[in-house]
Amino acid sequence: MKNTDPVLAVEHLTTVFDLSTGPAPAVDAVSFQIRAGETLGLVGESGSGKSVTALSIMRLVEPPGRITGGRVRFKGRDLLALAESEMREVRGADIALIFQEPMTALNPVFTIGDQIAETLVVHGRSTWRAAMVHAVELLEAVRIPDAPSHLNDYPHQLSGGMRQRVLIAMALACKPSLVIADEPTTALDVTIQAQILDLLREMKSAFNLSLLFITHDLGVIAETADRVAIMYAGRIVEEGPVRSILRDPKHPYTRGLLASIPGGVPGERLRAIEGSVPALGALPPGCAFNPRCPDRFEPCTSAPPPEYPVDPNHGARCYLYDPGTSHRPSLSELRPGSPERQRREGGQPPATTRR
Amino acid sequence: MPLVEVSHLVKHFHRGTRLFSAGTLVKAVDDVSFSIEEGETFGLVGESGSGKTTMGRCILRLVEPTSGDVRFRGENVLAFSKPRLRATRRQMQIVFQDPYSSLNPRMRARQIVEEPLIIHGLGNRTTRRERVAELFRLVGLDPAHLDRYPHQFSGGQRQRIGLARAIALNPSFVILDEPVSSLDVSVQAQVVNLLMDLQQQLKLTYLFIAHDLRLVEHICNRVAVMYLGKIVELAPTQALFAAPQHPYTRALLSAIPVVDPDAPRQRITLDPALVNRDAVLREISPQHFAAV
Ligand SMILES: Nc1ncnc2c1ncn2[C@@H]1O[C@H](COP(=O)(O)OP(=O)(O)OP(=O)(O)O)[C@@H](O)[C@H]1O
Ligand SMILES: Nc1ncnc2c1ncn2[C@@H]1O[C@H](COP(=O)(O)OP(=O)(O)OP(=O)(O)O)[C@@H](O)[C@H]1O
Ligand SMILES: [Mg+2]
Ligand SMILES: [Mg+2]
Repeated sequence: MKNTDPVLAVEHLTTVFDLSTGPAPAVDAVSFQIRAGETLGLVGESGSGKSVTALSIMRLVEPPGRITGGRVRFKGRDLLALAESEMREVRGADIALIFQEPMTALNPVFTIGDQIAETLVVHGRSTWRAAMVHAVELLEAVRIPDAPSHLNDYPHQLSGGMRQRVLIAMALACKPSLVIADEPTTALDVTIQAQILDLLREMKSAFNLSLLFITHDLGVIAETADRVAIMYAGRIVEEGPVRSILRDPKHPYTRGLLASIPGGVPGERLRAIEGSVPALGALPPGCAFNPRCPDRFEPCTSAPPPEYPVDPNHGARCYLYDPGTSHRPSLSELRPGSPERQRREGGQPPATTRR
Repeated sequence: MPLVEVSHLVKHFHRGTRLFSAGTLVKAVDDVSFSIEEGETFGLVGESGSGKTTMGRCILRLVEPTSGDVRFRGENVLAFSKPRLRATRRQMQIVFQDPYSSLNPRMRARQIVEEPLIIHGLGNRTTRRERVAELFRLVGLDPAHLDRYPHQFSGGQRQRIGLARAIALNPSFVILDEPVSSLDVSVQAQVVNLLMDLQQQLKLTYLFIAHDLRLVEHICNRVAVMYLGKIVELAPTQALFAAPQHPYTRALLSAIPVVDPDAPRQRITLDPALVNRDAVLREISPQHFAAV
């Protein structure tokens, strides 16, 4: 394997849920790559399929969900073609998943010391005796204060953020080459979050760890990601280098997202993207974002847009960037108050202040 | 009169351990006092494990405090009989931090949101059905999914089910324990706008526990900072962000990530030696208290 080959290459991955109304794709032909030592940030609307993507890579999707297509190449092997026994060896040892909700991954009837030790022993990294000592080191690495005294705690005896750190410790236990972290720092205060992000950075440089980092915190993205993929309704709608995405977002969804970050006058209503993400299995024709898009025009409702290159290594699935159509300014490029902008904004009421 | 008044609240947990040490005492909440005015949004931030969730649960008596006092509209909640407590719970609600473990996995979303209405004997089948669908829409969920079970929703969708349940009874006081932590910023903005609207319409009072300091700055009137079981600083939001006094608060505010990959990071690391753990809250400037 060449140095520049991606560690993980997801190709047209598709996962559907069989609902009473028929199969509905939660992950729809998703493709991306992650190189050794690289962090890809995955961002997107709540319910857009980020966790299902993570679970699909690990082959942990449960019925009525099923993977119906695509490939997941990890170090050259297609994980979707492995036998379940081979996949078990990959999980935890080569690829570790930090689940979004710690309680789904922790067993309530075992102490956290036992659970960390088990991970080490199962993958042959340690004997039971040595594992407890190692578990303490791991808990210290994720900044659990007074770590030895917490070995015999049950999950419910820990605070939300402590549970989240236990999961991070378990994920790092076997020094995997890829970590998929699903909102790993949402329950942490920003000082501990900063320490955890430092720890991940150290691991990246120490042994070339690759990261798929799912988060909705764009500040965390700015600090950790090399590249960013934006997901909406099961599809990746924009992908590019972190600077390019945060400084010059192209897709109207990404722009709306960045505009929704709390800020501005305290107590004032926050700017949100109008409407809500379409329900699974009820996608509008064309671009899934079109009913909410301030920049919608004729082609948007006909067929899902392909990916157009917009900047070096930066692509967007949006007809605004179709070189074939004459240039159409996006809403944010129009002068505030201009007739065209007012028409497209549809006369939304001005924000009201309160406190 | 403040709506909620907490004085000298203490909660200790005993943790029996087998291996490295004998049983230990955890002072999860260690002599905390503060009050919340009607219509206010009171922010509670602090170190992970500093006792925020435990304090919220003590206020509602979901765990029994070790000692101290909690008053709601002037009455001592800790002295309430069981029936009295149940009646009061209609006015005091909580959105739990961990949506996965707080939603009953065997109940459909519809039943989860409807349950408090049934417990308090409100409405009939038809009106309850309508109310549940309305609540679902209010929090930005599709009523077509009412018959799903919790595991069939995404993390952020589950969080909103918990919110719909908490506001079902039109409470006057809601404890929001990280209510929007798993939502992307756009849905978060919608939910936060909804919370602000409800507050205006129903004169709601919030205790808002959160790690997102930008959000806290945006919506809270006053903020308390917890560190190792104690409130170490309490001030009007603007004053706290403009002139933090306690070393932990300073470290905390300096660590807020900014949405700019090239922004210089000037994180202050907390030197625990700088924290005087015996210091008590004192008024540094009008309404600004710090334990320094
Ligand atoms: N078991 C299931 N049955 C039916 N639908 C499901 C199931 N699990 C997830 N879904 C749906 O699949 C879609 C994608 O869910 P997913 O958990 O991947 O979202 P997400 O992007 O991780 O969102 P969040 O940011 O809120 O965690 C959602 O619409 C969700 O409701
Ligand atoms: N049931 C319990 N038994 C024993 N210890 C407990 C229990 N519940 C909480 N604790 C301990 O009390 C302390 C405070 O926990 P709490 O959940 O209140 O913190 P928190 O401030 O909400 O943290 P986070 O921000 O991580 O959610 C922690 O040290 C925790 O381990
Ligand atoms: Mg998710
Ligand atoms: Mg908590």
